[in-house]
Amino acid sequence: MCADQPPLRTEGLSKLTGAERFVDDLAIEGCLWGMTARSPLPRGKIREIRYGNGVDWSEFVVVDHNDIPGPNQIRLLELDQPVLASDQIRHIHEAVVLVAHPSREMCRRAVDQIEIIIDPEPGIFDFRVTPREDQIQHGTDNVLSDLGICKGDVEAALASADHVIEGVYETGAQEHVYIENQGMAAWVDGDVIVVQGSMQCPYYVLNSLTHALDRDESKIRVVQAPTGGGFGGKEDYPSNLAIHAALLAMKAKQPVKIIYDRSEDMAATTKRHPARVRHRTGVTSDGRLVAQDIEMVIDAGAYITLSPVVLSRGIIHAGGPYACDNVRISGRAMLTNSVPYGAFRGFGAPQSLFALERHLDVIARQLGIDPVEIRRRNLVRDGQSTATGQVINDGTDRIELLELAVAQSGYTQKQAAHTEFNASSQFMRRGIGLATFFHGGGFTGSGEDYLKSKLHVLGKPDGSIEILAASTEMGQGAQTIFISLASNRLGLEHSDVVVATPDTFRVPNSGPTVASRTAMVVGRLIERACDDLRKQCGLKDDARGESVRHAIRQWHVTHPGETLLGRAQYERPPHVQWDEKTYKGDAYGTFAWGTYVAEVEIDLRTYQCRVLDFHAVQEVGTVLNETLATGQIQGGVVQGIGWALLEECVMEQGAFKNCQLTNYIIPTAQDVPTIHVTFLENPYEHGGGGSKGIGELPMDGPAPAILNAIADALGIEPNRIPLTPERLMEHVLDDHAC
Amino acid sequence: MPTSVSEAVSMLDTSRGKALPIAGGTDLLAYWPERLDARDKTYLDLSGVDELCGHTWTDDELIMRARTTFWEIVCDQRATAEMRLLVEAARTVGAIQIQTRGTWGGNIVNASPAADGVLALMALDATLELTGVEGTEEVQLDEFYLGYKQMKRREDQLLTRIRIPRRAYTFQSFTKIGTRKAQAITKVGLAIAKSDSGWRIAANSMAPTVKRCPDLERMLEDETPIRNPTDFLPAIRADVSPIDDIRSTAAYREHVMARVLFHELAPLCPWVGAKSKSE
Ligand SMILES: Cc1cc2nc3c(=O)[nH]c(=O)nc-3n(C[C@H](O)[C@H](O)[C@H](O)COP(=O)(O)OP(=O)(O)OC[C@H]3O[C@@H](n4cnc5c(N)ncnc54)[C@H](O)[C@@H]3O)c2cc1C
Repeated sequence: MCADQPPLRTEGLSKLTGAERFVDDLAIEGCLWGMTARSPLPRGKIREIRYGNGVDWSEFVVVDHNDIPGPNQIRLLELDQPVLASDQIRHIHEAVVLVAHPSREMCRRAVDQIEIIIDPEPGIFDFRVTPREDQIQHGTDNVLSDLGICKGDVEAALASADHVIEGVYETGAQEHVYIENQGMAAWVDGDVIVVQGSMQCPYYVLNSLTHALDRDESKIRVVQAPTGGGFGGKEDYPSNLAIHAALLAMKAKQPVKIIYDRSEDMAATTKRHPARVRHRTGVTSDGRLVAQDIEMVIDAGAYITLSPVVLSRGIIHAGGPYACDNVRISGRAMLTNSVPYGAFRGFGAPQSLFALERHLDVIARQLGIDPVEIRRRNLVRDGQSTATGQVINDGTDRIELLELAVAQSGYTQKQAAHTEFNASSQFMRRGIGLATFFHGGGFTGSGEDYLKSKLHVLGKPDGSIEILAASTEMGQGAQTIFISLASNRLGLEHSDVVVATPDTFRVPNSGPTVASRTAMVVGRLIERACDDLRKQCGLKDDARGESVRHAIRQWHVTHPGETLLGRAQYERPPHVQWDEKTYKGDAYGTFAWGTYVAEVEIDLRTYQCRVLDFHAVQEVGTVLNETLATGQIQGGVVQGIGWALLEECVMEQGAFKNCQLTNYIIPTAQDVPTIHVTFLENPYEHGGGGSKGIGELPMDGPAPAILNAIADALGIEPNRIPLTPERLMEHVLDDHAC
Repeated sequence: MPTSVSEAVSMLDTSRGKALPIAGGTDLLAYWPERLDARDKTYLDLSGVDELCGHTWTDDELIMRARTTFWEIVCDQRATAEMRLLVEAARTVGAIQIQTRGTWGGNIVNASPAADGVLALMALDATLELTGVEGTEEVQLDEFYLGYKQMKRREDQLLTRIRIPRRAYTFQSFTKIGTRKAQAITKVGLAIAKSDSGWRIAANSMAPTVKRCPDLERMLEDETPIRNPTDFLPAIRADVSPIDDIRSTAAYREHVMARVLFHELAPLCPWVGAKSKSE
């Protein structure tokens, strides 16, 4: 196939036919199964661990905190989370003891025989309330992170505004439901410990292993196994699992595999942060935003994990894609004795954008302005700035984008049709709603500077190339995009390009596969490494195709046995200026922009809501592969529909009660409408192939668009998701239509 | 592995309650990989007992043998014509994979308060035949359940046949409210049937067992005027006892049951609906 055509999904056939080998499928000679004994209580001190006599313990390898060679800490942003609890328990399901045995069933029986006796201490489970003295477990107030953004003079602007409108909005936790559960294998190979499993970020795993095992990088090798979905759930947690597997393998001197069951995975691993966002907004009578005073509080759970950066992205997006001169945003991440919350597609932005977009409709209704019009008036124009003072100047016409979504969805015609429908229908109600939003691509602020991602392109003796990157394929199509970018850059056939398996012994650290950064940031590194490869071979910048292949072959003739590498390292685009202390400046190199429109129908007999039609219009830079991009958008919208209407994590003492797929309800194909996807393309010069981030954007728009549609249909102001039928009933119980 | 009912029953008897009959396995094996208690049980495989397969129509009954699958009934045109409730119930069970494997007998003996097959059968006055070493007994389905997962079945007994009277139905309606459209466990379920034998109303997920609703049936027999859904609430509260659980709330369940009843019955019953205001 030629370079101008997008390549077929590289790993598509093996996934389709079941030939792909996930970590659970890997046949590893002499491999034991590993399993975890967990804390039954949310907080307290471990008094004793009893090993019952229902199994013969001599058959088992047992690991506890005493077996950890290095510090008992999982190195991530902070070091507060232990690998295995030694004394203090902070949440239910906290890992305490590990066992390994040739039979998985025997592991289960052994875990069943381990009784962890805890002297309980008072836990805190509601992140919205001020902790009591005896519930404090961090600093003086359980605040794990405290951030703020300030622009202009909010108090003065509120005082002089025509109207000040307030609202409080809440979003619930969400489970990732990746198809493949978490899983990791580890074994000892000479003096090297090898870890292979399902993960998004091999170098995060490596970084945590070197710390806890007290070994340097040359003695630990991390290899990604084909990964069946991540959505952020395999950003940080695989580090915990990798250390666990490695500890068992070291002690057993045999390979060990830990594969979580679905209910264990759902119960013990991270979920989306629950959030509460307050808005106090000053507006003029004609609907212009003059002041936004916003407070965002998130539930971090029992350890810090990634919460400060989730909070950071959350507050940066909290003001939305609007021009407002006076903005104050404060954010807090609160410790609770819940299973730690972690990365999930959108990373704080879906929570804050839900609140904002819902609030904007509340304002519009109070002022008697159409929701489209209030957005038209406030959307940021080129030359205006966001909450952090980032001046937007990308040439994207956000009004045009809004108008396109409005036109395509038949917004205005449907409003009229719904009025008629609702007047004539006894118990069905229809409504339409929208959300306009943005999502910053790549790490926030100086994050990419700190990462300093590296990437290599290897020129092989036969003239073909191999991309060496730590970025992972997890179903989103990263490999396919990489092949496209490299073959386009060098004019090669797709078959001339392969992507190396992410293996820390072979690939440089191109950064984690998160934050919508892979195509945009790492993709750009591919192009630059290709350029460097050309240079290494003595070619001019415009050399393509056979001349490149030929030059690579020739290089090897003149450099026998040597390695030909094109290299690239991240460089901050010159326009990006960020001040981390004041939270001012260019929070992201660029934003993708979206307007989503949802049409809903509510059955007042049952309070069930169905999304009838969905239009997703977005500007994402250059679309590198339309099929994959459409898939990302549709998948994100489905995940958003689930978060908005169905997916409820029922929590008890900080633990997930309905942790089975029978009772945690994600949408099936029957529960979603046709999702119409439209792209506007405005190439971003610093993104791979002109792309901006796309992975997370579609998670931001659906929930507010759907809730706004429900508000439109029923004349209510729901402010909390998931808006299950049970909750909706509380809003409309007295409706006499039925 | 037994090949006849008598063999199976004597094996059950000698196991003294240890062995558990297994038909489609869709209930018994759902948590097989994770649950030790599922592994520790002894199962009596019924897949060789052909006597338990298939369904037949006699002049006055539909007779389903216990291993009849949901799908078998979905495919029977006569069932669609005469006992639509059965077909509609079958179509809501899980999704097609479960419908082709799961059995009516398993649905009954699993005794879930959310069982959809049981709901339809109860509204159609099904009778069960239980066979043990001492012979066969008959039990009315609406008297079969004694409490949550408690039933009138001795451990040596197999459910062999389910008999459903053929009646001229003037109305049948089946409503399943779950959290999504397929693969959903019922939050509120209701089956209504009307024939010469009177009204039958059964509800699932509203009490510790699937249940007939005698007070509601009486209201309909008496043509008690119903002006709005809340008029059903006293009878609903007498008939069933919904709870708050991880799937829904008691308040939602009773309100929605009232509304579904109201809207299902209003087109049919002149005494149900706003039009009865003048009375
Ligand atoms: C994904 C999924 C979705 C589901 N969705 C639904 C749904 O929507 N609605 C619903 O009602 N159910 C649902 N179920 C539950 C299940 O499929 C049904 O209850 C089904 O009818 C069980 O039949 P079975 O033959 O598979 O029973 P089995 O699992 O074989 O047995 C169930 C019970 O019945 C006993 N048993 C079986 N046959 C006999 C017999 N002849 N005599 C005595 N005892 C017997 C067994 O010992 C066991 O206690 C679902 C299950 C799954 C896994």
